[in-house]
Amino acid sequence: MELQVVWFVLWAVLWAVYFMLDGFVLGTGMLLGVLGRSDLDRRVLLRTFGPVWNGNEVWLLTAGGATFAAFPATYALMFSYLYTALLLLLFALIIRGVSIEFRGRVDAPVWCSSCDRAVIGASFLPALLFGVAFGNIFQGLPMDRAGYHGSFLSLLNPYGLLTGVLFVLLFAVHGALYAAVKTGGALSERAGRAARRLWPPLLGVAVLFLGYSRFATRLWDNYLQQPVFAAIPLVAVAALLAVGWFGARGEMLKAFAASCATVLMVTFTGVAGLYPNLIPSTLDPAYSLTIFNSSSSPYTLGIMTIVAAILVPTVIAYKIWVYRVFRARVEEKDVLINAESY
Amino acid sequence: MDVLTLSRWQFAVTSMFHFIFVPLTLGLSLLTAWFETRWVMTGDETWLKMTRFWGRLFLINFALGIVTGITMEFQFGMNWAEYSRYVGDIFGAPLAIEATLAFFLESVFIGVWIFGWDKISRKMHAASIWLVAIATNLSALWILLANGWMQRPVGYHLVSGAAGQVRAEMVDFVALLLNPYGLVKFFHTLTSGYVVAAFFVMGISAWHLLRKSELTFFKRSFRAAALFGLAGCVLVALTGDFHAVDIAKVQPTKFAAMESVWETQRGAPMGLILLPDEAGERNRIAWLNIPKLVSFLAFRDPDAEVRGLKAFPRELRPPVWPTFLSFRLMVALGLVMILVSLLGVYWSGKGGFEDRRFFLKVVLWSLPLPYIAGQLGWIVAEVGRQPWIVYGVLKTADAVSRSIETAQVVASLAGFTILYGGLAAVDAYLLVKYSRKGPL
Repeated sequence: MELQVVWFVLWAVLWAVYFMLDGFVLGTGMLLGVLGRSDLDRRVLLRTFGPVWNGNEVWLLTAGGATFAAFPATYALMFSYLYTALLLLLFALIIRGVSIEFRGRVDAPVWCSSCDRAVIGASFLPALLFGVAFGNIFQGLPMDRAGYHGSFLSLLNPYGLLTGVLFVLLFAVHGALYAAVKTGGALSERAGRAARRLWPPLLGVAVLFLGYSRFATRLWDNYLQQPVFAAIPLVAVAALLAVGWFGARGEMLKAFAASCATVLMVTFTGVAGLYPNLIPSTLDPAYSLTIFNSSSSPYTLGIMTIVAAILVPTVIAYKIWVYRVFRARVEEKDVLINAESY
Repeated sequence: MDVLTLSRWQFAVTSMFHFIFVPLTLGLSLLTAWFETRWVMTGDETWLKMTRFWGRLFLINFALGIVTGITMEFQFGMNWAEYSRYVGDIFGAPLAIEATLAFFLESVFIGVWIFGWDKISRKMHAASIWLVAIATNLSALWILLANGWMQRPVGYHLVSGAAGQVRAEMVDFVALLLNPYGLVKFFHTLTSGYVVAAFFVMGISAWHLLRKSELTFFKRSFRAAALFGLAGCVLVALTGDFHAVDIAKVQPTKFAAMESVWETQRGAPMGLILLPDEAGERNRIAWLNIPKLVSFLAFRDPDAEVRGLKAFPRELRPPVWPTFLSFRLMVALGLVMILVSLLGVYWSGKGGFEDRRFFLKVVLWSLPLPYIAGQLGWIVAEVGRQPWIVYGVLKTADAVSRSIETAQVVASLAGFTILYGGLAAVDAYLLVKYSRKGPL
């Protein structure tokens, strides 16, 4: 297999794992006000992802770094063309991080409630922006020899916004299920109810997204030409249905596992549909950024392949250990005894 | 102002702000790890209290280091797209390795350390802060190898692509790893971070000692930090000296600007008091000249030839004033810090240390010095490299994104300034609050 294809797969995996892992942090964050009725509830919710959220966010930096190292031309154009969207994303991620970490550092109700509101807003916005950005990448960007002919407002087209809503609902359900699994008592039940209530709209938007993609993008072409790959969107749909099925039966851990699979497969559906493009041009296919015309040299890709083959499994191994250490449900006493933990 | 100027300002603001938090993280992670190790080894509760107290300040600082670091990776693509396209084949690799090797490790194990007190054994807990410390240090290694490549590009060749676009491609990864410029710069930056942490701990300890609160705790903290700081100061000076030799060899324009040497000459003297005159291409004032010192420091040979700025066309010279002045001030601050940490080591080992009120006040007010010296060092490194973004290969003016507009960068620069201003206020408030509170 050509190294560009290896890196295309790895690129998809890095984004998919990022969305799966930060997706539940963003989702729980969005629902902080809805699920957390009391200050203690909200501390418990923050504590559910406290030990892991930082490490989860690094998948984004690794996805960005991998884009830079493996597909520098795509990195350069993607990041400069989407300037304003990425700027808002950066601000939101900074505000979210600081609000999570510093919420418990000042003992004043107004500070805590401000941080809570900041977490809610700064979790909703990245989910929406990631969706809008990827919706536009699936569609392609208006670019040619002269450069980019779009603007921030042109990203807010119907398909981009629909993908944004899809991501928001996807992460909200994902986060609600995570909260249901990681907490107990009334809080867990409330989270489970929220997941069940959000699931039908998510299903509706997902169906709309799949249908709209047929007209707004060329994602379907790959699946129609190579039907074996149609397994990817089919598994995505099956996983989404499983979320609803297990959610309705109250089997929250299974529902959360299905929701992890959904996030992974939705990402793969979009990215595999792009192949061999990374960003198609809507003006002239000759100016599409593909994995072949935007990649690094074989030498660099070779070095990076060795590096990734050693490091990515190592990272996954120690992350699994950490999730095991913190596998217990978070109880109120957990946030009351350890002053550092929010 | 145009996109280029604004992007330069934005990079300066965001990277200098990021670098407020990085050096303290580098050093304080090691000190905290050392304190916790002592606790695990001895069972002495003072060491545990030290771990918790300094660890809390470490965490406040660390959180800001992380969030402001994300900006750095995004900015290369957002504002410097031409740069990213041109050098991504070689520059992207160390950044991606940094994220996968180091950033994951520190971000994952910091969570274990904060939340794992009652979940894992003492030894595992101490091991997790060691992993954080090692990872932050490794992180610096990859970032500085990347920066070292911008300063002294090695292991690459230029290739013309299909569309006629030229780019740099990596041909020798090992050369990138063993780039002496990058490695010396790494040790220089790393040890300067140790000095920041040492002066941070010494300064806060001095504040408490002046109030005679928690004497055992803060004397022990002071002593550990003073030893660490003295070792750090000496290493910063040594690596700085090696670094200057490298600069003289591979970045002659930067070196000439650092020393404000205009004429090419053998046995170049060092003027202790100089007043550069950029327009007139000379030093308006040059007093107290020490013969042959610049030649000796740069080339280890008092009669070596030093190329002056006039040997290079004006458009290839860096701005002399900021480079020269930052370098001078950095070195002067370094000398002050060596003296302070030396006296700190000497007096903190003797009785009645808490009564040396004047010295303790000096130490308290010295807390910002290594921070300032570090920022000045980066001004020398980055301003002194101009007009190049990759020395001798690519100019900064050719590296900026073509697709972004002035209004976008005005908005982003304003946004960063406001947001970072707010973060600075919160950070200062929290650090002061928890420093004053003392161990609990």
